[in-house]
Amino acid sequence: MADTKTGVGASVRRKEDLRFITGKGNYTDDINLKDQTYAYFLRSPHAHATIKSINTAKAKKMPGVVGIFVGEDVANDKLGGLICGWGITSKDGSGMKAGPHPVLAQGKVRYVGDHVAVVIAETKEQARTAAQAIVVSYGVLPHVVDAAKAMKSKVQVHEVASDNRVFNWSLGNEEATNAAFKNAAHVTKLDIINNRLIPNAMEPRAAIGSYDTGTESYTLYTTSQNPHVARLVISAFHGLAPEHKLRVIAPDVGGGFGSKIFIYAEEVVCVWASKHIGGRPIKWTGDRSEAFLADAHGRDHVTKAELAMDASGKITGMRVHTIAALGAYLSTFSAAVPTYLYGTLMSGQYDIPNIYVEVDAVYTNTAPVDAYRGAGRPEATYVVERLVETAARELKQDPAEFRRRSFVKSFPHQTPVIMCYDAGDYGAALDKALEMSDYKNFAKRKAESAKNGKLRGVGFSAYIEACGIAPSAAVGSLGAGVGLWESAEVRVNPIGTVEILTGSHSHGQGHETTFAQLVVEKLGVDINSVSIVHGDTDKVQMGMGTYGSRSGAVGMHAISKALDKIEAKAKRVAAAVMESSVDDVEFKNGTFTVKGTDKKMAFGEVALQAYLGHKFNSSEIEIGLKETAFHDPANFVFPAGVHICEVEVDVDTGLTKIVDYTAVDDFGNLINPMIVEGQVQGGVAQGIGQALLEGAVYDEDSGQLLTGSFMDYNMPRAANMPSIENFRLGFTCTPCPTNPMGMKGCGEAGAIAAPPAVINAITNAIGVREIAMPATPLTVWTAMQANKKAAE
Amino acid sequence: MSVVKMKINGKAVSGEVEPRTLLVEFIREHQGLTGTHVGCDTSQCGACVVHVDGKAIKSCTTLAVACEGATVTTVEGLAKGIELHPMQAAFKEHHGLQCGFCTPGMIMSAIDIVKRNGKNVSEEVIRRELSGNICRCTGYHNIVKAVQAGAANM
Repeated sequence: MADTKTGVGASVRRKEDLRFITGKGNYTDDINLKDQTYAYFLRSPHAHATIKSINTAKAKKMPGVVGIFVGEDVANDKLGGLICGWGITSKDGSGMKAGPHPVLAQGKVRYVGDHVAVVIAETKEQARTAAQAIVVSYGVLPHVVDAAKAMKSKVQVHEVASDNRVFNWSLGNEEATNAAFKNAAHVTKLDIINNRLIPNAMEPRAAIGSYDTGTESYTLYTTSQNPHVARLVISAFHGLAPEHKLRVIAPDVGGGFGSKIFIYAEEVVCVWASKHIGGRPIKWTGDRSEAFLADAHGRDHVTKAELAMDASGKITGMRVHTIAALGAYLSTFSAAVPTYLYGTLMSGQYDIPNIYVEVDAVYTNTAPVDAYRGAGRPEATYVVERLVETAARELKQDPAEFRRRSFVKSFPHQTPVIMCYDAGDYGAALDKALEMSDYKNFAKRKAESAKNGKLRGVGFSAYIEACGIAPSAAVGSLGAGVGLWESAEVRVNPIGTVEILTGSHSHGQGHETTFAQLVVEKLGVDINSVSIVHGDTDKVQMGMGTYGSRSGAVGMHAISKALDKIEAKAKRVAAAVMESSVDDVEFKNGTFTVKGTDKKMAFGEVALQAYLGHKFNSSEIEIGLKETAFHDPANFVFPAGVHICEVEVDVDTGLTKIVDYTAVDDFGNLINPMIVEGQVQGGVAQGIGQALLEGAVYDEDSGQLLTGSFMDYNMPRAANMPSIENFRLGFTCTPCPTNPMGMKGCGEAGAIAAPPAVINAITNAIGVREIAMPATPLTVWTAMQANKKAAE
Repeated sequence: MSVVKMKINGKAVSGEVEPRTLLVEFIREHQGLTGTHVGCDTSQCGACVVHVDGKAIKSCTTLAVACEGATVTTVEGLAKGIELHPMQAAFKEHHGLQCGFCTPGMIMSAIDIVKRNGKNVSEEVIRRELSGNICRCTGYHNIVKAVQAGAANM
C-alpha cells in the first residue's frame, strides 16, 4: 500500500467538505448569470383534463413579463418530447405502449402538476404573479390514481394503451414454476404493497438555460446526476442542438437518490426558451411543493407473491405477479425499474430452482414513477424477505436458520432469472449479524421490554442487489437505449500533480476523496496533489453518470485502467531517461527504479521529463502524460448482507421505535470505510422512512396529491433513527472478481435491506402476518386491535 | 420598497426590499451569500437557519424588514479567516455531511442547541432539537456525533 493514511482502505476525511461547511458550495441556484430572467411553470390543477384553450394575453401584459410559452409553441418549434430510454417487450411480443410526453402539455394534462405553460419574467415574483393571470379552460376528465385499479378503469390515460397497460412483462419459466407449486408440500402466500415514495433530495431541482447568440450554442446548468446523458437526450431526442453546441453543467448537486437521473421538462424548456427571448439566460428553481408534484416518484407496486416448499422445507419455487405504477408518463428509465432491476433479483440470497415473475406496468394519473434509491431491488427484496420470513414462521422454523438452509452456498451461481452471482458468503454475514445483534439473548430483551409495557420484535433481511450498472451489450439486449460503461481521463501535469476527469457525478458520495485515494494508491502521489473534475460536458468528454451504485465498480474501474496506462507510459519515459530497458523499470510507492541498479526517479520527475522531451526520442515516445480509458463492466456486482432490526411497539399507541439495528454488508473491498458507513446509515434511514413514516397519497376522488409538503409527508428526522450505540455496522468481504479493486457498490444497500427488516420486526412484535407500509402508529394500533378481536 | 439595514457577519449592509422579501432572499439574492439554502416552502427543513441577534431562526419564514437593525450570522460568518468554528470542524471530522445542502442549516442549528443546552448536551436532546432540520443523506447518525464532538470543543 502506497500510503496507509490516504490510500485505499483509509477513512480519509473528505476533501470536498471544506466548501460545504463554510457555505462555499456551488449549487445551481447559487449561480446567477448576467441579464438572467426567471421562469415559473404553470401546472395542471387537475389529475386529468383536456385543455380547451389557454389565454395568455392578459398575463403577457403583466409587469416584468419577458415571454410566455405553451405546448403549441413547443410543437411549432418541433422540440421533441421527453423519452423513456428503455424499451420493454411484452410477453406476447408486442412493444411498450409509450404515450407522448411533451415538455409543455399539448391538448391534455394527465396529472396534478403537469406542465401547462412557462412564464419568463424579470423576477421570480413577477413570473409567478403573471402565471396567475393565464386563463386555462379545462375539460375535466375522470381519472385513476390507484395502480391496482388502472387496468380495470374506464379512464384512459394515453390513447396508445387502451387498458392503461404499458406492458405485460415476464421472466422465468412459468410452466416449471407452476409444476413446483403443484408438487409443493407447503405454499406461503402474501399480498404486498410497496408504498409510493417521494425522493426529496434536499436541494430542489433547478436549471439555468442560456443561448449564446454569438456562438449559436446553448449552456444548461442543471441539478443532474448525469449531465452527459442529459446532453445526449436533449441533442438527439429533443433536437435542440447538436452535442457540440450544447454544454451541460451539473455543479454541486444536493442529493439525487435517483430523482436527478432523469431528463425533466423544466430544464429542457429553460434552455430551449432562452433562444426565443433573444438569448437571455432563464433560471428556474423548483420549490419543494413542485418537487412533491413533479419529481419522479419511486416504488408503487401491488404484488401477489407465493413461495413453494417441499416436505423438507426446501424452497422449490417462487411465483410473483406485480402491478407497477409508472404514473402519467414514462420517465427516462422508468420501464427498466419494475422489470430488469426487479424480476432479476427475485432469487434473493437463496437457491430457488423455479421462479416466475409477471409484471403489468400501468399508467395512472399521478407523477411519473422512476428509479429511487435501490430502484426495483428494494421492491424485490421486500417481496423475497417478507415471503421467506413468513414461510419460516409458518413452518415454525427459526427465521435465521431457515434462511441459512436456503442460502446459495457455491459460486458462481446462476439463478433462473438472468443474474449470475459471482461471489459471496451469505452464511458469514448471517453469523456476524447474529453475533453483533446478540440474537441469542433476544428472548431476555423481549421480556425486559414487556415489563415496560412494550412489545419487542426482531426482523431479518438477507438482501442481495445487482449494481455496478451495467454490461453494455447485456443491457442493450434487454432493451436499454444506452451503453452503461464509464469513462476516465487522467491528466498528469508537468510537476506531477494529477487531474482525474470522470463521467461519474458526485452529489454526496464523496468521489473527490475516494477517487483521489485510488490515485494515491496507484501512483504514490500526495492526496492533495489530486483533483477530481466532473459534471461538465465541456471538460469531461463523455460519461454515463452516477446511479445504481456504479461509480465505484464502473467509474473507478475506468480510472484504474487509465492510471495503468499512465504507469506504462511513464515507465517508458523513465526507462529512456535512466537509459535502461523498459522491462527493467519497476514502479512502487511513487518511485521508478531500475532493477539491479540504484537508479531511481520520483513520479513527479518522470512527469516533468515527459513534458520536456529532452531525454527521449519524441518520434518513439509521444510527449506528455495523459491517458483516457473507457470501461465496460463484465458483469453486475452483487453486494449482499444481513440486516437485523429490533423494534419496540407501544401497546397503547402503536408507536414503533427502532431500538436496535445491525447491518452487516459485504461490499467486497472498501476504499473509504468512513464514507461506506455513511452510505449505509443514510440508506437505512431511507429504508426506515419507507417502513415507518413515508408514503405518497393521492386522493381517489380529486386526484390531488395529499402528501404535498414536508408537513404532510413524513420525512425521517433525527429522533426516528436508532441511537448511536444501538446502530451497529459490520462488514464481511468476498472481493468482487470482475474489477481489480474487488469492490461492489454500497450506495443503495441500506434502502434495499431495511424495509423488510423493520416490517418483519413489527409483525413479529405484535403477532400479525401482514402490515402495510408505512407502519404508522395508527396502522400498527389498528392491526393490534384486529388481532385482539380475532383472538377473542 | 423600503430600505432595510442590518449587520451580516460583522459587516453593515443595507438594501431596498419589498415588504414581502424574505430574510433568506435578502441574504442569498441581495447580499450574494449563497451558503444559506432553501430546501422547502413550509419552514420544515431548516436548510435556511441563520442566527439573528444570537438566536437560530429560519430565514425562509422571516421578513427582511423585520430584521431592521439586527445582527445576523450566516454559515459564511462562522470561521475566523481560515480557522474553522469547532462545529464546522466536527462536521468534517465525523463525516456529518454528504451532499452538503442541509449542512449550513444543520451547523447553525447545532451551535444554537449547544448554546442553549451546554457542552454536555445529550444525544436524546440533540435528536429532539434537530427535529426542524431535515437531512436526506446521512441518516443523522454522524450529524449527532458531530454535534456532540463540536459541543465539547465550543
